[in-house]
Amino acid sequence: MAGIPHDHYEPKTGGEKWLARRLPIVGLAYDTLMLPTPKNLNWMWIWGIVLTFCLALQIITGIVLAMHYTPHVDMAFASVEHIMRNVNGGYMLRYLHSNGASLFFVAVYLHIFRGLFYGSYKAPREVTWIIGMLIYLAMMATAFMGYVLPWGQMSFWGATVITGLFGAIPGVGTAIQTWLLGGPSVDNATLNRFFSLHYLLPFVIAALVAVHIWAFHTTGNNNPTGVEVRRGSKEEAEKDTLPFWPYFVMKDLFALGVILAVFFAVVGFMPNYLGHPDNYLPANPLSTPAHIVPEWYFLPFYAILRAFTADVWVVIAVNWLSFGIIDAKFFGVLAMFGAIVVMALAPWLDTSSVRSGRYRPMFKWWFALLCVDFIVLMWVGAMPAEEPYATISLIASAYWFAYFLVILPLLGVIEKPLAQPATIEEDFNAHYAKPVSGSSPVAQPAE
Amino acid sequence: MIRKIALSASMLALSAGMAIAAAAHSELEDVAFAHEGPFGTFDQMQLQRGLQVYTEVCSACHGLKYVPIRTLSDAGGPAMPEDQVRAYATQWDITDKDTGEGRPRLPTDNFPVSGLENAPDLSLMTKARAGFHGPYGTGISQLFNGIGGPEYLYSILTHYEENPECAPDGIDGYYYNTAFPNGGVPDTCKDEHGISTVAGSWISMPPPLYDDAVTYADGALATENQMAEDVSAFLTWTAEPKMMARKEVGFKAVLFLIVLSTLLYLTNKRIWAGVKGKKLV
Repeated sequence: MAGIPHDHYEPKTGGEKWLARRLPIVGLAYDTLMLPTPKNLNWMWIWGIVLTFCLALQIITGIVLAMHYTPHVDMAFASVEHIMRNVNGGYMLRYLHSNGASLFFVAVYLHIFRGLFYGSYKAPREVTWIIGMLIYLAMMATAFMGYVLPWGQMSFWGATVITGLFGAIPGVGTAIQTWLLGGPSVDNATLNRFFSLHYLLPFVIAALVAVHIWAFHTTGNNNPTGVEVRRGSKEEAEKDTLPFWPYFVMKDLFALGVILAVFFAVVGFMPNYLGHPDNYLPANPLSTPAHIVPEWYFLPFYAILRAFTADVWVVIAVNWLSFGIIDAKFFGVLAMFGAIVVMALAPWLDTSSVRSGRYRPMFKWWFALLCVDFIVLMWVGAMPAEEPYATISLIASAYWFAYFLVILPLLGVIEKPLAQPATIEEDFNAHYAKPVSGSSPVAQPAE
Repeated sequence: MIRKIALSASMLALSAGMAIAAAAHSELEDVAFAHEGPFGTFDQMQLQRGLQVYTEVCSACHGLKYVPIRTLSDAGGPAMPEDQVRAYATQWDITDKDTGEGRPRLPTDNFPVSGLENAPDLSLMTKARAGFHGPYGTGISQLFNGIGGPEYLYSILTHYEENPECAPDGIDGYYYNTAFPNGGVPDTCKDEHGISTVAGSWISMPPPLYDDAVTYADGALATENQMAEDVSAFLTWTAEPKMMARKEVGFKAVLFLIVLSTLLYLTNKRIWAGVKGKKLV
């Protein structure tokens, strides 16, 4: 197998040899844990562990919640209240699960933007990137269906609005929408299948995560310099890397501890901060809330969905060119999914030979603008569809597409990158002094 | 008649979203409740007074269908003695699920549902209503002030006013309330864009509280404001009965994680000391 050269597991005792010949599971665990990792990874490389933790947290709390939840339109809302009032520790389970979704998305957005800045999507890591995008899509589907389960007002009307998007597909839209909902409108059949899929998808995500990790364990981690680990020999590789255990496990656990302290403060002291008050009203198909907003983590793409109204010239042009098949509503749906597709295509749209944004003087600014753009989209996504928010969301949406479709391809041609370090070791030594001699992690008295 | 239908329709639209609340510029007062902030706890006596106000006034129309009566004796709530709760439960009848016959309620039963069709259930009302969302719409203030649900309720109960000048006769069968954002407003009180020129709107609930509407068991002075505050605190408990346990868990978890993170920080530093020296500027 390809990979960075390093010591492999050697079974020593008779029992170990017996097992290794039949199932090399100890060797797999050893190689995974002792993976040579670039020693210059910074604090933006902690989100993978946070995400893995989130997935485990959501699955564990979710399985217990499912033991007490009833997926029926007449009982779902009451069963959530039953969890909150009568189930031992139920209020914590539910608040951990609902806020856990938010932590999951905070981490995934930081993880994605880290990849976008340091060029983690570039060859040879395109497959890791594409799998990551699939995980992100599965996360959105899971979160959306999970939000429907409490069967509050926002659950119901959010489901109605989002499944309505499929109805915008020309010709077959209504049929697809009916098939998805299990009927003409959001009802008991919808709730039942959403519950089933909400339980299924996290395990699909877990499998994708395993493949994601497998892929980048094959290519090796990217790192802040974007320079590859030397693979000529084990000795050479060891100058650029350190084993994952204990160096990065401890670093990641420390970061996780700090993040969880903030997370538990939110869960303990303001658990409904990120939710919508309307979802504490039982779903009522006869009463539409005045202001239907999705959860915060969908807002940027919701803003893109709403940005392309019928009076925008691009929409008018596409409508005319497609003989009216693509109307404003369908255009918005295409734009929303397109916004994620262009991000997934970044490995092929970015023409620069330099991986890390650190050595790309022009790219840096455009990337910073993309971060601001994302925040702006999130903000206008929460605002009513009226001026000045409509214009702002149109400009912000346009920039999102321009960044991937125009700026990334062009920058590779016109930008003069700065000099990159020859090796990771060189960069590391330029940033940190040599350790005080004799200081080793073992057998040292306390300072 | 059409106006009345529109009015009840808009009141059915139980969406007190901040956006509308702002548009209808209703008057909400910030009340310093004992349960606010990370260390805030329910005032047990206040919850018991609030229960009394609910029982003697609100329960005539409004139910608490998600609240089991036995939880009145829970720690972190009104914490009433169990025999008192047993006696309290008997004041409402229920059709027994098994026998199909009527019997007085037991502590294991829930509170009744609303007796009046257009009176919303109050179990979760303080969580379903956001009073304020500051600063700058970020809502961070709820860490210290809560989401404003009890303030919303308190303001509704205390902000009944005389009909404004633009509509001296008001709306027949409705009452002018400067804190209520979702009701109807007569056309004479709207500007040329159809936007209301008065604070609040008209509500179908008659003013429920007046001084000495109840005689408090603990001898507290039953002013209108006192009763409104007490019942709002009580309904905060019905919406979030495990609030005190939750804050305790949060406090312990944060404290534990700070200690753990400190230890992990030191461990991490120690491990890396062998390979990484001081950061060069």
